[in-house]
Amino acid sequence: MALPARGPVGADLALSVNGRRVTVHVTPDRSLLDVIREGLGLTGTKRVCNEGDCGACTVLVDGRAVYSCITLAMACEGKSIETIEGISQNGELHPVQQAFIDHDAYQCGFCTPGQVMSLVGLMRRTPSPTEEDVKRAVTGNLCRCGAYPNIIAAGVAAAKKKAK
Amino acid sequence: MAERIRVVKSRDEFEGEIYESLAVVEGTDLPPRPAGEERPEIGKPRARIDGVQRVTGRATYTHDVVLPGMIHAAVLRSPYARARVRAIDASKALAIPGVRDVIHRFNAPKAAFRGEDTIFRDEVRFIGDEVAAVAADTVGAAHAALAAISVDYEILPHVVDLEEAMSEKAPKLEEDGNVIESGALKRGDMRRAFKEAEATVEATYRTSTQLHNSLETHGAVASWDGEVLTVWESTQHVFGVREGLRNALNLPLTKIRVICDYMGGGFGSKGGVGKYTIIAAILSMRTNAPVRCILTRREENLAAGNRSATLQTLKLAGKDGRVTAVEHTSWSNSGQAKWVANPTGPTNTLYDFPNLQTKSYRVVTNAGSLSAFRAPGYVEGTFALESAIDELADAMGVDPLALRRKHAGKESDPRTGKRYTLNRTLDCYTIGAREIGWSRRKIGGMRGSTPHRRRGLGMASQIWGGGGGPPAYATVHFNADGTVVLRAGTQDIGTGTRTVLAQICADELGIELRNVSVRIGDTEGPYGPISAGSLTLASVGPAVRLAAKDARDQFLAAAAGVLEVRKTELRLERGHVVSKGARTPISEITKKLENNTVIGKGSRWPNPDQLSIKTFGAHFAQVEVDVRTGEIFVEKIVAVHDIGRIVNPMTAASQVQGGVIQALGFALSEERIVDRGLGRVMNANLEWYKIPTVRDVPEIVVRFTDRPDRKANNLGSKGLGEPPIIPAAAAVANAVANATGARVRHLPMTRARVLEAIANMEASS
Repeated sequence: MALPARGPVGADLALSVNGRRVTVHVTPDRSLLDVIREGLGLTGTKRVCNEGDCGACTVLVDGRAVYSCITLAMACEGKSIETIEGISQNGELHPVQQAFIDHDAYQCGFCTPGQVMSLVGLMRRTPSPTEEDVKRAVTGNLCRCGAYPNIIAAGVAAAKKKAK
Repeated sequence: MAERIRVVKSRDEFEGEIYESLAVVEGTDLPPRPAGEERPEIGKPRARIDGVQRVTGRATYTHDVVLPGMIHAAVLRSPYARARVRAIDASKALAIPGVRDVIHRFNAPKAAFRGEDTIFRDEVRFIGDEVAAVAADTVGAAHAALAAISVDYEILPHVVDLEEAMSEKAPKLEEDGNVIESGALKRGDMRRAFKEAEATVEATYRTSTQLHNSLETHGAVASWDGEVLTVWESTQHVFGVREGLRNALNLPLTKIRVICDYMGGGFGSKGGVGKYTIIAAILSMRTNAPVRCILTRREENLAAGNRSATLQTLKLAGKDGRVTAVEHTSWSNSGQAKWVANPTGPTNTLYDFPNLQTKSYRVVTNAGSLSAFRAPGYVEGTFALESAIDELADAMGVDPLALRRKHAGKESDPRTGKRYTLNRTLDCYTIGAREIGWSRRKIGGMRGSTPHRRRGLGMASQIWGGGGGPPAYATVHFNADGTVVLRAGTQDIGTGTRTVLAQICADELGIELRNVSVRIGDTEGPYGPISAGSLTLASVGPAVRLAAKDARDQFLAAAAGVLEVRKTELRLERGHVVSKGARTPISEITKKLENNTVIGKGSRWPNPDQLSIKTFGAHFAQVEVDVRTGEIFVEKIVAVHDIGRIVNPMTAASQVQGGVIQALGFALSEERIVDRGLGRVMNANLEWYKIPTVRDVPEIVVRFTDRPDRKANNLGSKGLGEPPIIPAAAAVANAVANATGARVRHLPMTRARVLEAIANMEASS
């Protein structure tokens, strides 16, 4: 949890979140996760460890997967943020999301948004990801239910679909 | 219709103990369907019906609940392992802008909680014990307030380590001492069996404290509106939380509603009301605002429960290729909990040992308390028992699987003498041995993939309850458009409960799965049991089937009136009313009936009297061990389970994979480290406490016997939540011993412990 603000009282920060331009007033101690969950009410991104150990808070910043809990909000000025709420288009699920459903790649589902975002990040920067790429992409995403085999299967299926 | 109501007695098993209860049932039960009958939904791999919510972030967990005017609670926890709280001064905290309230033992209302009359003890008994709680407009202000509360502690002597607490020198934490007997069983003539033995084995095993680390930490949001207290809680039992709040707050049940829509893991630790729930409720009532009280990761690892560390001694005797006697004594570090999960449970029931003596002790310490953790006791006990069986097999020069075959798969429970409804352990052995290639197993192991690696095979058996029982209820409503709503007071803890219940409902009703909507996790629904003890499917599923049947019967009676035919000529099939070849969509009937509501009701009937319902299974492991570094590489796990009829093979397989992976954490990497001098948990986070990652997953082969247990209940299905976590650690330990010749008797099997075992073996040979 964030400590009370010290130092400068805060500033307006302009971001693009899921393709929409937003301005939020933040203090320098706020993380990107604080802004996403509490500031913008986008609760799909989860807070699990809050110190960069688990990957549940993974979002894309300018297309790259990052842990939003250890990313300072102020450092994201002018950047493009994508969260789990923003990756389906025109009511159609992203191929990674659909693959998670088809392969039962979740149990309690609490790590799922982070896992999905890590894999969406992979698909963005890798033309045809291999199984090893998939594993590397979610190495920093903990799942306590142990859905890993199905997460790998879903990642590989989504990668194959992309390659077609 | 009241004449259809009956009260029946039922004997049900919950986590190794038998309970007798009364249950109210209605009408008559249905017979289970025969094995091999093709069904439209049951037995079909179906994607979860709530999948879209889960992958889009729209699934609302307790952490995600935001209410208008909601404020934030934070808990001040003891920094000492044992201390008396002499005085608390909260004036500075209350002066911080945004701080609304501070409660502690000198101003909080009395609140009954687990046998005590307060949630703030005068003597705090572990680091993390609740001392005070704050409500503030922001999380930041709440945490600033915690730092501003001044507490006068009188520090008292403490003990946190299991074996230290057992010694004479340890501070005495309870009047009768720190070691309390909590279970014993004896049969046969131990002395004679040991006297006549050809081989004996005596060994001591240790398991470490495992932390649940559910990704969603424990927490609640409480909203008192002056009339009703509504609580959102991440829980395995909404009705249990309601009951806990009633006891703590003395409110009638009409004034308490508990909701758990989605929850981020529990694994046994979220079994009822927590102090955080009561804190949120009291603060909401005092401040007239909704209050959110969510634990941080560190708090979760101090105060939200654990699987006890154990010390276990086993003495086995063998003769003529059989086990003739087993003595098993276990001590568990229960912290401040008033109960213990019994590690001798499997020893009491898994095999038909003729002579047996078991004892289990609870050891009180100033460490965080145990709470149920997925097959509590059985995971720890199975590791020790199944390791010792292999040690005896080695001493007798027999194949460990052959030795087990002589004592497993019996018709009746060796503890009670009651016949099992079904026991297919021997089939599990056959399937597992084939899948792992058991015939390749060699005494002394095999060569590994490099010169310094050895390869080995090991296996272990599983027994657990999972038969479920009453009370559990369900209702099925028809909507005016022909869709239906299934309500049950159960909750989906990640196992896919919504989906399998929808399958059972659609299957019995004769409508399509997509037209069933499931509403669970709310005390406004019909009563449902705790989602624990592998009992959800076997308890709630049969009630859902009966509710669907009742709804179908009523609907067909109404449809007969609309179509002007006899009801007996009608049946429901894939969303259509079928009569002599004519097919009418359900919606055409419901349209004519307008807003007439058909409500079907179903209840769980009692378990068969004089029979024992258990789940069985076996795991087989293939490992490589690097004898230079002590690193264990688990290559393959074959998990075979006998749990009756499988409703959804896809979600069932997920359960097994998850159980195996959690067991591998317990076996190889997970260990709470506590500084003995300070009593402080040194790895209360996800960096230094090592849960498995995607890189730690071996090939996992999942197999089921998949034969309905037709005496168990009207589905012929039993539970699967816990069985797959039970035998994997033991199977891996046995494979490591087979590979290296060295027996690691201390979990987790870290590299240091493996190297130590290898060094000990080399020193003694």
